[in-house]
Amino acid sequence: MALRELSSLEKYLGLKKPNKYSTQGDKKVPVLQNNQGPPLVGLITIACHLVKEAKRSDLLGESAESRAVVQQWLEYRVSRLDGCTKEDSKTILKELNIHLQDNVYLAGNHFTLADTLMYYGIHPLIVDLTVQEKEQYLNVARWFDHIQHVPRLRHHLLPVVVLRNRIYTGRHH
Amino acid sequence: MKLFVSEGNPHCLKVLAALELTAVKCDVQYVNHEDKVVQFLSHPALPAVLLPNGQQLFSANAICRYLFEVSGQNCNDHCNQWLEWEVTVLQPALLRALRTAVLQGKGSDVSQILQSPLNFLDQSLLKGSKPYLTGEAVSVADVVLWATLHPILSDSSFTIGEHPSVKAWFDQVAAVHSCQSAVQKVLQGKGLQAMKSYMQRQPAPPNSQCRDAQPCNNNPAESEERQHSVSEEECEEAALTWSKGLSSCPATDKQHPILPQEGKRNVLVTSALPYVNNVPHLGNIIGCVLSADVFSRYGRLRGWNMLFVCGTDEYGTATENKAREEGLTPQQICDKYHAVHSSIYSWFQIDFDFFGRTTTEKQTEIAQNIFWRLHEHGYLVEDTVEQLRCENCQRFLADRFVEGTCPHCSYPEARGDQCDKCGRLINAVELRDPQCKVCRQTPVIRSSKHLFLDLPKLESQLEQWLEKSTSTGDWTTNAKQITHSWIRDGLKPRCITRDLHWGTPVPHPDFKEKVFYVWFDAPIGYLSITANYTNEWEKWWKNPQQVELYNFMAKDNVPFHSVVFPCSLLGAQDNYTLVNHLVATEYLNYEDTKFSKSRGIGVFGDMAKDTGIPSDVWRFYLLYVRPEGQDSAFSWADMAMKNNSELLNNLGNFINRAGMFVTKFFEGCVPVMELQREDKELLAVVGWELQQYIQLMDKVKIRDALKHILNISRHGNQYIQVNQPWKKIKGEESERLRAGTVTGVAVNIACLLSVMLSPYMPLVSQTIRDQLNAPQSCIYTMLQGGGTFVCSLSAGHRIGTVSPLFQKLEAEQIEALKKRFGGQQAPLQSTSSTPAAAPVAAIKVAAVEGGHSEKAEQLAKALAEQGDKVRALKAQKAEKDVIAAEVSKLLELKTQLAVAEGKNPEPTSKKGKKK
Repeated sequence: MALRELSSLEKYLGLKKPNKYSTQGDKKVPVLQNNQGPPLVGLITIACHLVKEAKRSDLLGESAESRAVVQQWLEYRVSRLDGCTKEDSKTILKELNIHLQDNVYLAGNHFTLADTLMYYGIHPLIVDLTVQEKEQYLNVARWFDHIQHVPRLRHHLLPVVVLRNRIYTGRHH
Repeated sequence: MKLFVSEGNPHCLKVLAALELTAVKCDVQYVNHEDKVVQFLSHPALPAVLLPNGQQLFSANAICRYLFEVSGQNCNDHCNQWLEWEVTVLQPALLRALRTAVLQGKGSDVSQILQSPLNFLDQSLLKGSKPYLTGEAVSVADVVLWATLHPILSDSSFTIGEHPSVKAWFDQVAAVHSCQSAVQKVLQGKGLQAMKSYMQRQPAPPNSQCRDAQPCNNNPAESEERQHSVSEEECEEAALTWSKGLSSCPATDKQHPILPQEGKRNVLVTSALPYVNNVPHLGNIIGCVLSADVFSRYGRLRGWNMLFVCGTDEYGTATENKAREEGLTPQQICDKYHAVHSSIYSWFQIDFDFFGRTTTEKQTEIAQNIFWRLHEHGYLVEDTVEQLRCENCQRFLADRFVEGTCPHCSYPEARGDQCDKCGRLINAVELRDPQCKVCRQTPVIRSSKHLFLDLPKLESQLEQWLEKSTSTGDWTTNAKQITHSWIRDGLKPRCITRDLHWGTPVPHPDFKEKVFYVWFDAPIGYLSITANYTNEWEKWWKNPQQVELYNFMAKDNVPFHSVVFPCSLLGAQDNYTLVNHLVATEYLNYEDTKFSKSRGIGVFGDMAKDTGIPSDVWRFYLLYVRPEGQDSAFSWADMAMKNNSELLNNLGNFINRAGMFVTKFFEGCVPVMELQREDKELLAVVGWELQQYIQLMDKVKIRDALKHILNISRHGNQYIQVNQPWKKIKGEESERLRAGTVTGVAVNIACLLSVMLSPYMPLVSQTIRDQLNAPQSCIYTMLQGGGTFVCSLSAGHRIGTVSPLFQKLEAEQIEALKKRFGGQQAPLQSTSSTPAAAPVAAIKVAAVEGGHSEKAEQLAKALAEQGDKVRALKAQKAEKDVIAAEVSKLLELKTQLAVAEGKNPEPTSKKGKKK
């Protein structure tokens, strides 16, 4: 899974040569063989490395503050989202929904790597939501729909239908 | 900037150490563990930082990073890697260790929990041969890891084995003054005990074993329902049932006319009559005819005496209108569209016992009879209504034939019933400057006498009946709610006559020239259609003692079936059969919008067959997303996914494997089976799923029941996977016997699946039985009572030729369909739409038509050309956008080539295809 994310990220970043990856351990942590030095281990580490390689450091945040915020959401992705239980997933959706109420993107007003990896990671959760749940997590759904339409980002994932017209506006009589 | 910390919180250790080390200016505030600084998080998270720009940081590592960066020390790849390792590996292990040590007092377990991360750290430090993690100086990684390990490594009471490099490194960092002072602030010399109150407030960490058990799969049934655990008795009982074999149930083919029979369960099924001038879309089909079809097929398998009738609703303004549009008579329109409906339903394999229409003599006869009876019993009242009449066209204008200025918002093109601009409902006579839509003349207001059904007078009778019917029958929740709200709002008299030509004539001399309003007339169609099927129709419709009536419809039709029509029948006082079970679906949406005939959005019944997707697969998917209890959405991508993951990889895969094993390993004859405990357990589990299926189907929970079919094949796949008959068959005698048992049980499950599938996918179901050469009596045996899973293919039974049941739906095929049917989401490629988009599309078409290798060749050629083009553009230093557009086309071609060569560039299901 993580490997597919990385290869989609490469395509999004427009990197010419696809890198070779392997995995280690039960959790299949991705490993990037690096010509210049020791291999890099871990999804965030490799993703940040790719972003720098593609000279897209803006995706990591434009200031020290936003860089810290981006890292924090990347951490949230691997520590909270990955391997979460069904119950956790509801908490996560709830938290994100409140956070995204007044944030366009995870790290504020700019699209960053945090949005990309969170999108890849949360996709399986969103796929499972019912229409009502998508409405319940309206801000997450809006953000998700927005991200999945970022050109060249979606790649290995299927588009998820997010209804734009609310079904349950009020009580039907 | 402001930092919030709490005492005794190990995460605050790293932050305070980093703060002092970097000497960044920052206010520090001590708060309680429970204080919520970051509002949106469910659990209070500390430490937290309020940044100068108003944003918040709630991750200790991010805070440390920030502090280091502000003081000029950026994180490199190596440093990132340590921080990620700390978050994903070390922290979870450490929290677990602290939990056992601090809360459970089991210090001895700590060493085992931390062994592996500490070994890893030790090795890395040794290999790096630098004093600190990332080099010669203390970095953020050192501070973070040190702080995490501090509670355990600084406590000598733990014996955690030899890690010399870790120890050297740890002592060195611990000696840094900032670290020492942070320890003092957070733990106040109390060591581990200082953390107790913090630890008690933390949610239990997820068990390490479950961490990989992702909740994220696409099958709700699998994740939501706990596996049914099986007891010893259940196993033995299942084995006993299994051994009973087929009952010799006489396969009675239905003989028309079907009439109620003494001593049988007589079930009359109707589905809402589709309006004739519209081609039904998928939402209409799942809402009524398909659902009713599945249920009546199921009922027949259960041995009930079923009659399923439906037909087209043909009278009314809309038909007159359509006739005018197409330059035909209303009758010609009805004839034309009745045939269209008929052919669509037969393509969908809707097995009506009779599919009639409302424009018949029987309709006139029965409707007029009901009318006179209502009249006699005093349930009809007279009133005058003001209506617009066009003198030029010589007729009263139905609401939709008038246009004018909206009395509310002055919108000039408001319709006679509603304003498109402000959305308010309008009474046609209130329109300013009304115009006849046909001739554009100004109509005049005329009053006209009409008859009303006196619903208030019937209200108490209705309520009495409703209470009984809804409490004893299976009414869907929405049906009950909608009915309830109608009653609650109070019933008003309802006009049953209209000034139209195309309708059932009102027989009363004072009201000639008038016809019945469709809402009064149409449901009588159920009766008249049955009367056209058999002269003895009254045995069904005037026989509530013997007959149970099921009405299937979408929820917008509920009030007419639960309030208005029952009132007509109650008022007529002729012992009519009233609805016992009212089954209403919610709405099915199309992609992210509504089906719309006028905008051409969605899939309509007549187009479904042009997609090349088999009727059975359509049925399966529509039933899988049946809006049962809640609205649902039709999506092409989802359809492809369900087809590929459920039908192909799960159901089809299992049935095919079971059959193939019999063919390949046992010369096509079902082998001898000697049931072990494990097999009996499976029989019990499968039997349980079968019982669930029957219970749900009896309650018309069609979608829910389908999940249990898919569960059975999932169990079956697992069973084969675990027992590996393809390996055992090559082993010694006992192993071969085992392979035989597993194969035999599997092929019998396949046979059961064919029976359970029969209402959903009639063709596939029959194909499976043909392939297995299964006796027809298995159909009737297995669905008796609560469900009996018997061995229907016993040892020695010769099966037929086995072949794959389903085909994969390819991503490109689905994309093409989506485009064709006006889905809203444009495919990604079109975001860079440039004039040169045409060639790719052309190749796509050619590729679909061409043979497999031919297609690949063509694509390879196109790919090479596209590659040259991109290189040329780059050489010319063309504009970025232009190059990007061409590159994306290049990538698209690559994907297509991969598909054509049989590689899979985008696997649709993450469950790998099993052997």
